Amino acid sequence: MTKSLYGAKEASGIWIYLEQSQGQLEGVSLELVGKARELADGRGIPIVGVLLGDQVGDLAQEAIAAGADEVRVADDPLLRQYTTDGYARVVTEIILEGKPDILLLGATPDGRDLAGRIAVRLRTGLTADCTDLKLEEKSGLLIGEVWGFGGGVIAYIKCPDNRPQMATVRAGVFAVPKPDAARKGKVVNVPVKLSEKDIKVQVLEHVVGGGVDITRAEVLVAAGRGCQGDFTLVNELASLLDGEVGWSRVPVDEGWVSRDGMIGQTGYTTRPKLAIVCGISGAFQFTVGVEKAETIVAINIDAEAPIFEAADYCIVDDMFNVLPPLIEAVKKARGGNGGR
Amino acid sequence: MRPLQIIACVKVVPKPEEVKVDTKTMTIERGEVRSEINPPDMNVLEMALTLKEQHGGKVTVIAMGPPLFEPYMRLALAMGADEAYLLSDRAFAAADTLATSYALAQGIRKIGDYDLILCGEESSDGATAQVPPGIAEWLETSQITYAEDLEVLSDSKMVKAKRELAGGYEVIQVPLPCTVSVKIGANEPRFMDMERKVWAEADGPVTVWAASDIDVEAEMIGLPGSPTIVDGLAQAESTERKREFLEGTPEEQAKVLVERLRPYL
Ligand SMILES: Cc1cc2nc3c(=O)[nH]c(=O)nc-3n(C[C@H](O)[C@H](O)[C@H](O)COP(=O)(O)OP(=O)(O)OC[C@H]3O[C@@H](n4cnc5c(N)ncnc54)[C@H](O)[C@@H]3O)c2cc1C
Repeated sequence: MTKSLYGAKEASGIWIYLEQSQGQLEGVSLELVGKARELADGRGIPIVGVLLGDQVGDLAQEAIAAGADEVRVADDPLLRQYTTDGYARVVTEIILEGKPDILLLGATPDGRDLAGRIAVRLRTGLTADCTDLKLEEKSGLLIGEVWGFGGGVIAYIKCPDNRPQMATVRAGVFAVPKPDAARKGKVVNVPVKLSEKDIKVQVLEHVVGGGVDITRAEVLVAAGRGCQGDFTLVNELASLLDGEVGWSRVPVDEGWVSRDGMIGQTGYTTRPKLAIVCGISGAFQFTVGVEKAETIVAINIDAEAPIFEAADYCIVDDMFNVLPPLIEAVKKARGGNGGR
Repeated sequence: MRPLQIIACVKVVPKPEEVKVDTKTMTIERGEVRSEINPPDMNVLEMALTLKEQHGGKVTVIAMGPPLFEPYMRLALAMGADEAYLLSDRAFAAADTLATSYALAQGIRKIGDYDLILCGEESSDGATAQVPPGIAEWLETSQITYAEDLEVLSDSKMVKAKRELAGGYEVIQVPLPCTVSVKIGANEPRFMDMERKVWAEADGPVTVWAASDIDVEAEMIGLPGSPTIVDGLAQAESTERKREFLEGTPEEQAKVLVERLRPYL
């Protein structure tokens, strides 16, 4: 068996990699702190955050308010932006120093980029893209729930011997904990031993922000290939319902929209109260991203489309025939409510 | 410009819609299931072949899996790849991402010459997306994950790409050799060349390597080399849905739907 760099006997604590971008913590990092707190309570397990960046110390308090007992901060101008080589090096040093039992990261592009790299460096096991976490009753081992085969199969994965037990977790599967500003925790600044030549990655351009977070939408109107790139009616219906707009992968591949609102296996997991799904066939890889919705409406021209098996209310018709009267009917109904 | 040595990592996967779990034995029923090249790996092949057209050089396909993968290696050759290696041995079976990335890295070492190692963003069955950074770490190459618009600056031995971020993107440049995970849908994969297909099926250079053919330590591959274990399997339960089909004209359907959706309005 491939031996990890340290073993279970020396290991303790649940650690969370606190991903930040431009001075803001990723929502998934706080979700993980909240979940870790829930797992740790009653077991006396410390929750430690690991935070890298340039002048990001302020964010430590946010993690503490969310449930962390301690945050280790590596603050350095060379860490201003995520680079695989710079971040992998510093995070590995911090891990080897602190020897956590469990290390959790958000399954974001950067989180997965980093996790895959350091798991091999630490010679340990990584359960990727978890949709739930628990601790095994007796052993306290981490069990990660993951989807296989496009979401048709659920597997429970654990890592009995190697440490840390690593997992990446999808955004939106846990709730963001309510911050408790009165919570006290320790902030430890760790020295950064990094020089310019350690970083071979040159970031030439970096564009983020502006996108909406569909993982928290209460109402979601989604469109796929069937909309032919025309989101006008979909946008109108979403804004009438105070909701957000999402899509399947086809609109992304076709270049109609960015990946921000993509639902599914490679996109986001959403849990709206209401999802209205238009012109989407309902492939596994899509449906896993909306199946937590309370109510699903499907509009599809093809009566045989698999999406109808996952829907509460089914309309077999052209979405462009259905949406205009639906928008009118919603307007009328809302008018009757006195609007909102 | 220097020619490029490109390795394309490919996996063969069961068609997801055909996979079922035997809930009694908790095993995956693969018997009747048809396979395909992992769709994201078609983007890998396309990118590899485009880069070869631009820079010259060679595209070598590598995969790890059972002998049933072999015909798919020939499909990759028919698309335009030059040669293929299949790591196939019972000893490789049941590998997690640590053991898989190690075996592939050792296979790539044995192939020897590489500037770029292209992998798919993730596989449709495992979907971990963790093998590419793993290979990069074992081989100590740079890495670009979720990449598209790859541009090789071969004189300066650098590669530049657009890379997906949470809610945005970045453009980064890193030294070769580099391991790249190609963003799903980064390009339109080409069709097989029918003349090449005839050649690939008859004479295509597909080499099968057993564990003993490459330099691997027995305890680092397959099940023994995998720190993670599957503790249980379940068929995903889908939420019970009402599946009520609304009838009538669009206006009538809209009216009924709005009544049903009252609580959300
Ligand atoms: C590894 C992997 C990961 C993937 N991850 C994802 C993912 O995260 N998210 C995702 O969505 N997909 C994902 N996919 C792709 C997925 O398998 C499907 O190809 C995709 O979801 C199909 O999108 P679609 O339903 O919009 O398009 P299609 O499958 O082409 O369906 C279009 C539907 O629109 C209907 N339609 C057409 N015109 C109209 C009209 N005028 N009015 C009403 N209906 C109309 C058609 O009847 C059809 O059902 C992944 C695939 C792989 C291999």
